[in-house]
Amino acid sequence: MMMIPLNITKTIHDWLYSVMPENAASITEMLLIAIAYLALFAVAGLYLVLLERKVAAWFQLRLGPNRVGPFGLFQTMADALKLLSKELTSTDKTDKFLYNLAPFFVITTSLIALSVFPFSKQFQAFDINIGVFFLIAVSSIGVIGILIGGWSSNNKYAMIGAMRSGVQTISYELSVGLSIITMVLLTGTLQLSEIIEIQRTGGWLIWQGHIPAIIAFMIFMIAGTAETNRAPFDLVEAESELGAGFHTEYSGMKFAYFFLAEFINMFIIASIAVVLFFGGWLSPFGITEGITWFPEVLWFLIKVLIIIFLMMWFRWTFPRLRIDQLLTLEWKYLLPINLVNLVVMAIIIWLNLTF
Amino acid sequence: MERILFYIFAVLIVIFAVASVSSRKILRAVIYLLIVLTAVSGLYFLIDYNFLAAIQLTVYGGGVIVLIIFSVLLVHHVELELEITPLKTKIIAAALVVAGLSITLWAILTYPFNTANNYKSIEVDVIGEKLLSYGEGGFILPFEVISVLLFAIMVGAIVIAKGKKLGIKTGEKLE
Repeated sequence: MMMIPLNITKTIHDWLYSVMPENAASITEMLLIAIAYLALFAVAGLYLVLLERKVAAWFQLRLGPNRVGPFGLFQTMADALKLLSKELTSTDKTDKFLYNLAPFFVITTSLIALSVFPFSKQFQAFDINIGVFFLIAVSSIGVIGILIGGWSSNNKYAMIGAMRSGVQTISYELSVGLSIITMVLLTGTLQLSEIIEIQRTGGWLIWQGHIPAIIAFMIFMIAGTAETNRAPFDLVEAESELGAGFHTEYSGMKFAYFFLAEFINMFIIASIAVVLFFGGWLSPFGITEGITWFPEVLWFLIKVLIIIFLMMWFRWTFPRLRIDQLLTLEWKYLLPINLVNLVVMAIIIWLNLTF
Repeated sequence: MERILFYIFAVLIVIFAVASVSSRKILRAVIYLLIVLTAVSGLYFLIDYNFLAAIQLTVYGGGVIVLIIFSVLLVHHVELELEITPLKTKIIAAALVVAGLSITLWAILTYPFNTANNYKSIEVDVIGEKLLSYGEGGFILPFEVISVLLFAIMVGAIVIAKGKKLGIKTGEKLE
């Protein structure tokens, strides 16, 4: 019997195996984890949307949503209910199968990517030994959903949006991958839980790797923002040019899936940044190291929220790039800097100049 | 449960492989192919060969399929359907397929397969060291040869894609 390493919490795991036969327990555990993740991230996605609207309002000196519930806390819940009850329309002569498949593609790939993150020492669904590489592999598939969604909509604006998205994601994936590799040089392992263990003794990786690590972090944030198709890189859904880009023809829940996936992707990019640069669930300077009851997941979430705030800050600060500027930035600046940075990191490790 | 998962993947692979070659809508065929490739990577996950599974996802899922989709998006409209091949071609193709299938089946059925009994997943650093070692069982030579080949392909692709330079005097158009 192959054991899939699901160790979400040890107690539940042991209890399940004590009351059920092995196969049944394993299947029940998988189902529980799937439901937990789905529920958690539907809610997390909704509140990220709310956060985005609040931050946007703050930057523009408005109040933001404030009518539904205290401080507008239930606004996005209400929006989701409204989207659920909407009619699912489509254009004439679409390829129905692909048109309906596309949103699921996008949301499934982002949910698969979520499964490998160690939210705390115990709370990790799938501790695979190639963790970081698995993340890159899965995120490279997500763009297919956008491409087929744009194509099968039978709408030229959606099509242009999809093509832009493809170009953008493929180019910036290189930078994301290379900046991650720079950090992997430092850790010597691809397993996410081990990467965090390394940071427990030596300090966070951004401190251990100092200059090249900071450069890698900056490149990762730029490329990560581009990969999630967020402003200033939101040419994919440039409102003034393309309507809503690849999801122009989607309505109701199918649109909501694309929307939710965008926010979950933002969460994923922030989580990778937190694990690779800022010590994951470890507390700063080990201040809660000895306290056993302290939920480490809080540190993870705080760090992720700070990075997400940074990405929202980008969004409301910079104007949108043109497509040629976008490609120039990647191929003429980020990629060469990244390659040099990789060599610098290797030299620093070779000469033992890390902290 | 492994057995059940294996049969699920196997059925998926066969069904979607057939669907991929028999579909008349080209992008659907590509997506069916993607499902086949993903299911194959699922098989690799099942035998705990995570590295190969992730490679399969990145190279075939993220690379090859995305490139195919790109070319389809550029040249194909959503309403177009592929032509139905004439009967003669179908018969020849069927005969070739039967011949190929029988040879493959004969090879598979007569070969004495060993059961894989190491469930220990292979670490990436072991693969890396093997790739760069020039001792016994090292892969440095094929690695370098493939690198040179890929480099040549890249240069070739750039030269072809660049086309002829725009003549200043004659003002001839780019090809």
